[in-house]
Amino acid sequence: MLAIMGLDPRANHEPALLDFDTVSFVGLDGATILEGVTLGILEGQVSVVAGPSGAGKSTLLRLGNRLEVPTAGAVRFRGEDLGLSDPRVLRRNVGMVFQKPIPFAGTVRSNLKVADPVANESELGNVLQRVGLDSSFLDRVADVLSGGEAQRMCIARTLLTKPAVILMDEPTSALDPKNRLGIEALARELANEGIGVVWVTHDLDQAHRIADRIHVLVDGRNATASETSLYLAQDTPEVGT
Amino acid sequence: MNATTIGWAGLVGSFALVAIAIALSFWQRLHLTRSIVWASARAAVQLLLVGIALRLVLDSKASVWWAWLWVIVMIGFAGFTIRGRAKEVPGIFVLGTLSMATVVVVSLSVIFGFHVFPVEGRTIVPLAGMMIGNSMTACVLVGRRIVGELSDKRDEVEARLALGLSWQDASRPYVRSALRTALVPQIESTKAVGLVFLPGAMTGLVLAGVDAVDAVTVQLAIMYLVLGSVATSVTVIGLGLTRRVFTPDHRLRLIVRASH
Repeated sequence: MLAIMGLDPRANHEPALLDFDTVSFVGLDGATILEGVTLGILEGQVSVVAGPSGAGKSTLLRLGNRLEVPTAGAVRFRGEDLGLSDPRVLRRNVGMVFQKPIPFAGTVRSNLKVADPVANESELGNVLQRVGLDSSFLDRVADVLSGGEAQRMCIARTLLTKPAVILMDEPTSALDPKNRLGIEALARELANEGIGVVWVTHDLDQAHRIADRIHVLVDGRNATASETSLYLAQDTPEVGT
Repeated sequence: MNATTIGWAGLVGSFALVAIAIALSFWQRLHLTRSIVWASARAAVQLLLVGIALRLVLDSKASVWWAWLWVIVMIGFAGFTIRGRAKEVPGIFVLGTLSMATVVVVSLSVIFGFHVFPVEGRTIVPLAGMMIGNSMTACVLVGRRIVGELSDKRDEVEARLALGLSWQDASRPYVRSALRTALVPQIESTKAVGLVFLPGAMTGLVLAGVDAVDAVTVQLAIMYLVLGSVATSVTVIGLGLTRRVFTPDHRLRLIVRASH
């Protein structure tokens, strides 16, 4: 059953794998990007973070991967404050897939080896299979893959770190409809395997398609119940960056 | 050794070549006459002042500490020059000055430790000058290149960090590329020496009447010194700057590139 989360997303008292607790973030220019955001990401679910442009969704994900540090509040993984944990270990547990595929120079194999230098051929083949690519891709040059293939490779690269949570920042915004549906199905499979998937999107149709729960942000804060209803009732999904 | 001096008359004679440059500027309407005259006059004043000061420092009776003081001043000026040429590079004055100091300490320790040259004012000042002069250009190049690489490839660097890599590992491909860019010209110029051009120190020694083979050995020692100095200086800048643009908790700071 789809849960639509409004002001207090932890009201159901389910233990969160990744917990954003009254998180605020102020940018270098002094602008408040997030203010008191609270939400919890559960194991084995696709949690969609939706909201208009500038709502702070991408910043929220960056806080989850500790590419940014909150100005106030805390982000916790399995109850431990991210500020107290080794960011390198945390980032392997809370993986991140970016909006645009980011292949590194070299082959798909060398890209995967960045995430796990000791992975053997069978492990590399398996992870590619998991994302819908086959082993023949290992020797392909990563830069020349199609958008969909490159994004799948990036997901495979992240999966090699064996994350418990994957943060996906509009991962299909640069893809065609067929690849979009393919990546959505992949996110569902990952959730079914027990991984907590956080999916940021502007596309409300997509949100309804894939979400186990939807968290709406407005102006850098949790949307109120009425704002959430109003936002989700839009006929035309907002498309933007 | 037959010392070669050109005297004041020779100097004035050589000015005929500047007159040719001025005439060419008039003929081709390049509007560079004032610049040529100003550059020539300024070079003459600067070098004469340096020559007078050097005469005091290099005097065999003068204390060798004057030479060391001269080197310290050179290091400071080099730091300012590097900062002037690479304003967009964070902390470049401190890093550049530190890099020059490291180069001088390491290179002169080797040169004097192995008794390649005697420890005298007449060796300390020109050797340090050559090392600093060559390393300075490489430092500016590597500093700008690292900032350029890490800001242009910010997405890639953060994608590597997001996989759990340390800042050292995440930045390595980009820093390596910047270091190579700064070192390759020096290596190429070392390879081409003698075939394509005759380097300055050797030319100067030959003009001053030193035997060609003796001049070559001095030049070789200097070239190796310069190569080592450039490698040392770009490494200091590379490591120091990379550490500076990342936080201790492995996040990439915001780097603002200068617009060109």
